[in-house]
Amino acid sequence: MTLNVWRQKSPADAGQMVKYQLDNVSEHMSFLEMLDVLNEQLIGKGEIPISFDHDCREGICGSCGFVINGVAHGPRGGTTVCQLHMREFKSGDELFIEPWRASAFPIIKDLVVNRSAFDRIIQAGGFVSIPTGSAPDGNAIPVPKKESDRAMSAATCIGCGACVAACPNASASLFTSAKISHLGLLPQGQPERYDRAVKMVNQANEEGFGGCTNIGLCEAVCPKHISLENIARMNRDFTVGAWSYREATADGGGA
Amino acid sequence: MELDPRIPAGPIEQRWDNCKFDMKLVNPANKRKYHVIVVGTGLAGGAAAASLAELGYNVKCSCFQDSPRRAHSIAAQGGINAAKNYQNDGDSIYRLFYDTVKGGDFRARESNVYRLAQISVNIIDQAVAQGVPFAREYGGTLANRSFGGAQVSRTFYARGQTGQQLLLGAYQSLERQISLGKVDMHTRTEMLDLIVIDGRARGIVTRNLLTGATEVHIADAVIVGTGGYGNVFYLSTNAKGSNTTAIWRAHKRGALFANPCFTQIHPTCIPVSGDYQSKLTLMSESLRNDGRIWVPKKVGDTRSPQSIPEDERDYYLERAYPSFGNLVPRDVASRAAKRMCDEGRGVGPTGLGVYLDFSESIKRLGKAAVAERYGNLFEMYERIAGENPYEVPMRIYPAIHYTMGGLWVDYQLQSTIPGLFVLGEANFSDHGANRLGASALMQGLADGYFVIPYTIGNYLASTKLEKVSADHPAALAAKTEVTERVKKLLSIKGKRTVDSFHRELGKIIWDYCGMARNEKGLTEAIAKVRALKAEFWTNVNVLGSGEELNQSLEKAGRVADFIELGELMCIDARDRKESCGGHFREEYQTPEGEAQRDDENYAYAAAWEFAGEGKDPVLHKEPLTFEYVHPSQRSYK
Amino acid sequence: MPVAGITYNENAMSATASGLARVSRFYEAPVGKKVVMAVTGLILVGFVLGHMAGNLQIYLPVGENGVYAIDKYGALLHASEELLWGVRLALLASVGLHIWSAIQLASASNAARPVRYVKQSPLKSTYASRTMYWSGPIIGFFIVYHLLHFTTGTVHPDYKYLSVHDNVVKGFSVWYVSAFYIVAMAMLCMHLYHGVWSMFQSLGFNHPRYTPRLQFGAKAFAFLIAAGNISIPLAILSGLVK
Repeated sequence: MTLNVWRQKSPADAGQMVKYQLDNVSEHMSFLEMLDVLNEQLIGKGEIPISFDHDCREGICGSCGFVINGVAHGPRGGTTVCQLHMREFKSGDELFIEPWRASAFPIIKDLVVNRSAFDRIIQAGGFVSIPTGSAPDGNAIPVPKKESDRAMSAATCIGCGACVAACPNASASLFTSAKISHLGLLPQGQPERYDRAVKMVNQANEEGFGGCTNIGLCEAVCPKHISLENIARMNRDFTVGAWSYREATADGGGA
Repeated sequence: MELDPRIPAGPIEQRWDNCKFDMKLVNPANKRKYHVIVVGTGLAGGAAAASLAELGYNVKCSCFQDSPRRAHSIAAQGGINAAKNYQNDGDSIYRLFYDTVKGGDFRARESNVYRLAQISVNIIDQAVAQGVPFAREYGGTLANRSFGGAQVSRTFYARGQTGQQLLLGAYQSLERQISLGKVDMHTRTEMLDLIVIDGRARGIVTRNLLTGATEVHIADAVIVGTGGYGNVFYLSTNAKGSNTTAIWRAHKRGALFANPCFTQIHPTCIPVSGDYQSKLTLMSESLRNDGRIWVPKKVGDTRSPQSIPEDERDYYLERAYPSFGNLVPRDVASRAAKRMCDEGRGVGPTGLGVYLDFSESIKRLGKAAVAERYGNLFEMYERIAGENPYEVPMRIYPAIHYTMGGLWVDYQLQSTIPGLFVLGEANFSDHGANRLGASALMQGLADGYFVIPYTIGNYLASTKLEKVSADHPAALAAKTEVTERVKKLLSIKGKRTVDSFHRELGKIIWDYCGMARNEKGLTEAIAKVRALKAEFWTNVNVLGSGEELNQSLEKAGRVADFIELGELMCIDARDRKESCGGHFREEYQTPEGEAQRDDENYAYAAAWEFAGEGKDPVLHKEPLTFEYVHPSQRSYK
Repeated sequence: MPVAGITYNENAMSATASGLARVSRFYEAPVGKKVVMAVTGLILVGFVLGHMAGNLQIYLPVGENGVYAIDKYGALLHASEELLWGVRLALLASVGLHIWSAIQLASASNAARPVRYVKQSPLKSTYASRTMYWSGPIIGFFIVYHLLHFTTGTVHPDYKYLSVHDNVVKGFSVWYVSAFYIVAMAMLCMHLYHGVWSMFQSLGFNHPRYTPRLQFGAKAFAFLIAAGNISIPLAILSGLVK
């Protein structure tokens, strides 16, 4: 099997594709295990192993991810690279492995990119402001099952960044809208719903992500099948929020 | 050293209330004068950092991942228990308390467990208010299921991703505090040492994983919520990065390590497929509700499962445990699988696996009904194993999943180093020798949201802390030790990779300190681990430099600590001459082959003190008394 | 404005300031630009439909008074110059805003993805959706030509004001002009194929039940417009309409 892997020593360095030959790849290996084997061989030869982010290796932490032959997370839909297995490829295949490409995700080293922009989008409003201890009883607010299920579907986002990587505009709309939808569909998220949408959309813009042009590649590569419907909801909530915004009336008061 | 668990006085139902009332408070205006460090951003650390910041403390928080949202709590599937009794099926705080003490095989501290059960109800309220999308009934109320053989339905869940949703709730609260400037977040930062000044935890030394910079962080208290140490086995269901370094460093600075040999093996994992295997994947225990577990009756039967006739199959759990059948507790199911494989009746290419067969359920319920219940799990199995479980029985094998042991803490979650608090899986407190399903999430969040905010205030308000600066001699000494160690790892330039050492360690611990243990094996294992440690420090090969992102270097430091912990696990396992929960000593079993506890001699938490390099650790005992739940022999016949 | 005890995130607050700032802030976000594109797109889709319906009158026979139906329709449109110019200005403004937003979005995309992948794969997305930035400019160029051709007559061989039928027949008798029109209509088809459902998405309408139908409707609409418009040069070249 021939692998072309993006190697880049540091953020400032210019990187390049480097070709590696790897034999005896078992079809039962995961893609990352295949890279582990390659790395062990590289260390044996005194070469610096390939850096890549990974952690849980069961498709939920969102750490791993790179582009294989032009497809974020590789050829099998609904799967992160850690759960992608080598049986999806044929022996003798030539693979091109590249990091997520987006100016908002600067490359740190090899296949490792900096995704802290996602955290800052959440900081802008991706939460319900409810300090510990101030919650009413769990059953005090009934939530229709269908709404709850849709919120859950949006909430399954793992923040891996594949949507940005796949989008020709490098837009973070699917990620941002998944959180806006998750909280916007639930009664608990209503008080901050429109402000949240405006703040998060603006933050994504400030981070340097592109705009959504409804191409749908994000949805196609999303390991959790997050739907484009969420982006429509984000557009709606942002529009309403931006035009109906009112200043807070701060009267002071208190003792 | 006298271990004082600081258990409050009074009847068990009133102890936490009494404790809360007796504890000192920090004036709201004074909270902003205190600095607290939180290491780890999982359910325990994330919840603690957010809650303390909400109270007004200045929080500095770190995680080794690139975002707090990636902590391994995210991978928990099943659910979270709470004594809400929403189902009107007879649940209560007392029943959850009782089940947890009994499930822990009477090796947990009763007062802690009772508090956990009390707090469980608040956790659900908090999570719901944060927008955690728990499963609902059509009427809009919260849904529950029965989990892990519990007789009541008290488990709350969000599909098979409960951990993810609870963690995102805590993460979002944490991010909110970061945006408000109350939490100073350091991602890709690993704690490599604890700074102890005048006997109190006053800070940590960290390494920035991107630049390699070693930094000193000083605070008034340190909270560690860095999870368990299952990766000592190399192959486990833990994330690849999960490690013991933070608690092991604290241990070497004086914090006692309790019950290290109490580890939990989960019976339904996907078996190892080859020596390149990097981790094991758990499949929800719920599969055992409809799947039947069997192996061939004949030793060395290599026929395909479909061609083995019914009367040549051994449904060994149904045979040995007629009343619980395939639903026996995790430890029992795991050991039974091991026995089958030891007898040579294991299946699959490695012989380390048993069948989990759905053919009868598919016949009885129809494929659609089975798909509705387990579709996502079947898909996951197919993705990893490459076989279609609708047609071929799944192959499963036990894998290490959770560690009940951890740093010893008192009722207020303080370790034996004043000012060092330990939360969640990193401490030893609530699960005894075996953890019940859906209780790990409960404990992490209880500690983070509802215990530490009170107890840390008590510590700060009742302690006079000198002002300390980052160039205090003790801080500088710790920093130097860290940089020296990094230099040492890079300078060995031996022949073996870090992973090869880790694999070897894992194999030793799995073989001798895994599902079944005995005196002779453990003694052998201790010698082997010591030899491995010696070889590691002379023959490991870590390439690259310390001033950049260097994943081999990160691993090397963690594996070095795992090796030392592995030795302590074996020592503890050898010392505990009884079987209880996840700790099964072959010498101590009932005639039927079940675990045989020795309450007379071993009803204590074994807390080990680090006595210095190359010296044997010193055992301290915290006696456990059972005033409410009386020890009995578990039976699942 | 900060109230004691409550800390505001200054950035986020200024993000939703009042008045004009709010409008510019709305437009500054890509979502705002897409809303502008959708609204102007909707106007232009309406025009395209009406324009085609008007043009198809070329197939109607000569009236009793010897006036072509399409010429009569042309005169009707010119009945009120004020109204005509009002509509023209609205359309020009729509085209202008549509293009301006598109340029800004495209430049944002380029800034967001400065380095391309060595290996590209389109996966599951339509060719039309990925090529909006190509079909758009071609259509823009066509509009300019079309106006010079049939509205001002600048590039027409024998243009007569308000003689719509004759102008069309003579204009399309030149085969390469017809060919260019046909290519342009193919581009328009692609643009509408994606654009017509996309504008609903940008305006926030997406429903699992209706969106697939909408997408089908958009495709049908795109082909209908292209087929209707392409039929005219073909009919003239083949001598069906004289």
